[in-house]
Amino acid sequence: MAETKAPAERPLSPHLLIYRPMLTMMMSIVHRITGFGLYFGTLLLAWWLIAAASGPNAYAKFEWFAGSIIGRLILFGYTWALLHHMLGGIRHLIWDTGRGFGPNEREWLAAANLIGSIALTVVLWIVGLLAMGGPR
Amino acid sequence: MSDAPVKHIRTPLARVRGRGAARSGTGHFWRQRLTAVANIPLTIAAVIIIIVLLGRNQAAAAQILGSPAVAIIMLLFVASVTTHMRIGMQVIIEDYVHDDSAKLTLLMANTFFTVAVALASAYGILKLSFGV
Repeated sequence: MAETKAPAERPLSPHLLIYRPMLTMMMSIVHRITGFGLYFGTLLLAWWLIAAASGPNAYAKFEWFAGSIIGRLILFGYTWALLHHMLGGIRHLIWDTGRGFGPNEREWLAAANLIGSIALTVVLWIVGLLAMGGPR
Repeated sequence: MSDAPVKHIRTPLARVRGRGAARSGTGHFWRQRLTAVANIPLTIAAVIIIIVLLGRNQAAAAQILGSPAVAIIMLLFVASVTTHMRIGMQVIIEDYVHDDSAKLTLLMANTFFTVAVALASAYGILKLSFGV
């Protein structure tokens, strides 16, 4: 847009780096980072679906990756990012109704978002590993 | 923008309309919320489907993924998620990339990527459904 190189002659709002880190602020940043990660992670979804559609050999390749240590780490991180972004999204939808902006409410929502996403990730992985017949 | 008293025939509103980084109004805001709401039940359903498929071989996974209810849920999931992530990435690009040519290039790449992921995923699901 406008290529204004000269410093603006108006009061600027304090930049991010000036603030003492707050939970709600960190959660806002993490929401964007998780969304960014989820974006590229959809390649795994596409790979998985195409592999399933292609046949046993292609599927075995995906399973090999998903079962490897790096694959497991990526999928674990992806699970957390997905749940964190989803719970964060619910938080944003609550805010969209004009509710949850109070000093206590927003702290409580942020904490619930973080704790909930970690707890749900662990629960899902326990369920998933049990569904696979224990860790392999 | 100059502060000089230039005579404009167009009204101030007409001059600023469509001047946002996205060159558009609230359409994206609304669609982002719409797909966010849709993503919640669809993601829960997709996660359940994935857990059910864990540890199964390709033949079993293909059969379950290709069954009508599962395939339709997965198609809806892919459509909603890719729409949502395209808008989200566009916001990120518009926030951090201010050079016009770089911004337009990235916005194009964003659309290419999301459409490619959406179509590739949909192709996989449909191929399983129709068994071709």
